[in-house]
Amino acid sequence: MAATKTVPRRTTGKTRLETVEEEPETTRLVVPVDPGGDHIQGPLAASLTLVEYGDYQCPYCGAAYPEVKKIQKQLGSKLRFVFRNFPLSRIHEHALNAAETAEAANAQGKFWDMHDFLYEHQDTLGDPGVALGFAKKLGLDIQKFQHDLSQHTHQSRIKEDFNGGVRSGVNGTPTFYVNGLRHEGAATARELVKALEAPK
Amino acid sequence: MKKNGSILVAGKKAPNFSLNSTPDQKVSLTDFRGQPVILAFYPADWSPVCTDQLSLYAEVMPEFKKHNAELLAISVDNIWSHLAFSKDRKLNFPVLADFEPKGTVSRKYGAFKEKIGEAARALFVIDDKGVIRWSHLSPDGVNPGADGILLALENLNRNQPVVQG
Repeated sequence: MAATKTVPRRTTGKTRLETVEEEPETTRLVVPVDPGGDHIQGPLAASLTLVEYGDYQCPYCGAAYPEVKKIQKQLGSKLRFVFRNFPLSRIHEHALNAAETAEAANAQGKFWDMHDFLYEHQDTLGDPGVALGFAKKLGLDIQKFQHDLSQHTHQSRIKEDFNGGVRSGVNGTPTFYVNGLRHEGAATARELVKALEAPK
Repeated sequence: MKKNGSILVAGKKAPNFSLNSTPDQKVSLTDFRGQPVILAFYPADWSPVCTDQLSLYAEVMPEFKKHNAELLAISVDNIWSHLAFSKDRKLNFPVLADFEPKGTVSRKYGAFKEKIGEAARALFVIDDKGVIRWSHLSPDGVNPGADGILLALENLNRNQPVVQG
C-alpha cells in the first residue's frame, strides 16, 4: 500500500512543502554497524548482517531470542549478529536496569553471557540478586559491576542506542534489520533466514 | 492510485478543534499556538503493548520536547477508556476523545475510516503558526514509528512553506 510523505521542493526560489505518494517505504538502518562500539557476534566481514533492537523485559523479544540462536546456528560464519538496546522503560519497569546489567557485564568482557542469561531468565528481572549471582559465577569484579549499576555508568550508551533506533524507524520491540533494511515479516528463524538470504 | 489522497497535506491551515482530555477538561489546538504540535490520530486504545505506537511516543517524548513540541493523540474511544489506557501505558501527553459527535475532528483532517468507524493512523506536524508542515498516513496495522516526526520537526526551521488556501 502506498503512503504519503511530505518532501520539500524548490520552486522559483521558495521552498514549498507538499504531500506526495510513495511506493511502500523501505526503512533503513541509519546508524551503521560499528565494530568498535556495537555488540557483535560472528565475523566482522560476514556477508549477512542481522541487527536487533531489543528490550530484555519484552515478551516478544524473549520469544525471538531462541529464533536468533537458530539463525546463528544455521548460517554460521556467514552471519554477524548485532544487538542494540531499546528498553521501553515506561511499560517495562525492569527493562532499563536489565540493559544496564548487560552493559556492566560488557565493561568486563562478558556481554553475551549476560545478554543470554537475562533472556533465559526474563521472569526474574525484578530480582537484582539473580543477575548478581550470575555475575559472581562469571567471575566479574562485583564491586565494579555494582558501582556501574548504582552510578548508571552505561545509561548514556543505552540512550544512544535507543535514539539511533528511533531515527532508524524502530517502532516496537523487537525490531530487526536485515542487511540494513527493516524486517517487516515475522520474527521467526524461518522468515529472517529467508530475508537474510534473499538476493540483494 | 490516489489511495491516501484524503488526509490534509502540508501547507494547509490545521483545522482547530476542542476535545476532552479528561471528563471536565478540554484541549484546543489553539492552546498551543506559538509552538509545534504533533497530532497522532490512531484507530483504537489497547493495541498490543510492545508494538504500541503511543507507548513508543511516550519514550521518545524527551526528543519531541527538544523541539518544544506538544503531542496530542486522538481516537474515537471515549474518555474513560482513554484514562485507563493512558494510566496503563504511562502516557505523558494528552489523549483526546473524538467521541461525540463521533469522528468529527478525524473527519476534518481526512483521517476517518467511514466503514470501520475509526480514525486512520495519521500523523500531522503543525508549526507554531498553525500550518500543517508534514502529514503521513500509515497502512492499517503499521506503526509508523517516530523517525518521520523527528525529521519533520527538524525541517520546521529549514523550510518556510507557502501557505495554501
